[in-house]
Amino acid sequence: MIELRNISKSFAGRQILDDVSVLFEKGKTNLVIGGSGSGKTVLMKCMVGLLEPDHGHIFYDRRDFSGMDLDERKPIRKEIGMVFQGGALFDSMTVEENVMFPLSMFTSMSIAEKRERVTFCLQRVSLNNVNNLSTSELSGGMKKRVAIARAIALNPRYLFCDEPNSGLDPQTAIVIDNLIREITEEFNITTVINTHDMNSVMELGYKVLFLYKGKKWWEGDAEGIFRTDNKDLNEFVFASKLLRGMKK
Amino acid sequence: MKLFYHIGRYALFVRRLFSRPEKPSLYRAEVLREMNSIGIGSLGIVSIISVFIGAVITIQSAYNLTNPFIPIYAVAVITRDSIILEFSPTIICLVLAGKVGSSIASELGTMKVTEQIDALEIMGINSASYLVLPKIIAAVLIIPFVTMVSMFLGILGGWIGGTSSGVITSHDFVRGLLDSFVPFNITFALIKTITFAFAITSVSAYHGYYTSGGALEVGKTSTRAVVYSSTVILILDYLLTQLFLS
Ligand SMILES: Nc1ncnc2c1ncn2[C@@H]1O[C@H](COP(=O)(O)OP(=O)(O)OP(=O)(O)O)[C@@H](O)[C@H]1O
Ligand SMILES: [Mg+2]
Repeated sequence: MIELRNISKSFAGRQILDDVSVLFEKGKTNLVIGGSGSGKTVLMKCMVGLLEPDHGHIFYDRRDFSGMDLDERKPIRKEIGMVFQGGALFDSMTVEENVMFPLSMFTSMSIAEKRERVTFCLQRVSLNNVNNLSTSELSGGMKKRVAIARAIALNPRYLFCDEPNSGLDPQTAIVIDNLIREITEEFNITTVINTHDMNSVMELGYKVLFLYKGKKWWEGDAEGIFRTDNKDLNEFVFASKLLRGMKK
Repeated sequence: MKLFYHIGRYALFVRRLFSRPEKPSLYRAEVLREMNSIGIGSLGIVSIISVFIGAVITIQSAYNLTNPFIPIYAVAVITRDSIILEFSPTIICLVLAGKVGSSIASELGTMKVTEQIDALEIMGINSASYLVLPKIIAAVLIIPFVTMVSMFLGILGGWIGGTSSGVITSHDFVRGLLDSFVPFNITFALIKTITFAFAITSVSAYHGYYTSGGALEVGKTSTRAVVYSSTVILILDYLLTQLFLS
């Protein structure tokens, strides 16, 4: 469970996040949706501590993350897996080395145990026989999947995915959505996903937070989106004629 | 004002580097890899430059020594001292600032703009220390070795250039090399080299680590890294010379 209380963040006087409070639940896929530039990535970076919010508090299962210094954060950091919007794979390493990296850094597993774990994680994201490829030899979708494999290598308690399926074909996108949901439920992870993909919202929308101009504009579940009369949410979700027709 | 900002942030950056390593064995492997890339990777260019500059210094000194009261072996004394005191430590480090500094800055800059550094931080790794400390340790260990090689090849180049052009005989050259040799000069050269090695790697890494923006910015960063680390080398050279030799 992750709780945000009154998070605000501005850059050079420009308010990006304005008093956002929300509770993300354990074992569920929690979604943050909103248009491009609405502050989803900034919110996620504040949550994991890559950016410091100007105001507000972040609690990881009641542990006050925002009040901690770097050293105190370390144990929590080790429970976090994150999939960056651009993948952020280490490009000096092969696929296998990327997924193995957190294991080498934080466990004392033998090389054979690490190999086994890497293969398990890669199979989990439906990647076979790519262990020795360099990251430049991967397609966009494969990079995303390797990034997910690396994020789950250490069995995280908290998983953050910044647009895990943007730029993927619809079929692969759904494979990834399902994968994230399965891992979340199987290992009882608190998962937060940034997206503006409506398929994902329908597939994963246990809890949905709609950000609009940096404010929490709406909160509910995937079902609720169909019934809401929030004008801005309707305009965001039902942007296409097809979907508007569906709603009616 | 900007300068003070950079100096302050650089100091904080350097302090962050020296924290307890997460996994010493991983750091050791990195140090070896970096020693290979920084040291062995630079030997080719350093050798070529050293041999030629050594030869040129010898011939030029002979050309300038027209006073009949100064013995010809003084040419070798001049060659030896300019190479040991200034050429091998300072000029070679300036060359390395260009070669090693720009590659460190662009490597870290790329990692920064593609969020690889953020990915390390998320895992709870001190990214500055993990990425930069092995480079600094490697440079401080291997660049003095490169300098020694350069001293040897520079003097060898002087001997080849001097004898083959006929400005000095082999006998006079060797006599000059042994004449009033001050062993401290080598120590001083190594002190300079170690200081410069630290400056090149830490200043370039600082610029790379704080890159923001995109690919264009990475290019600018690596240019800036070379300019700043060269300037720092020259300032340190002046200060150390003042301190030890005057
Ligand atoms: N480091 C930064 N410095 C200044 N402004 C920033 C910074 N990071 C983000 N912003 C600004 O914050 C706003 C929100 O950015 P953010 O990346 O969170 O959007 P987003 O919702 O993730 O969009 P997208 O869906 O396109 O990824 C943008 O207007 C952006 O210009
Ligand atoms: Mg984003």
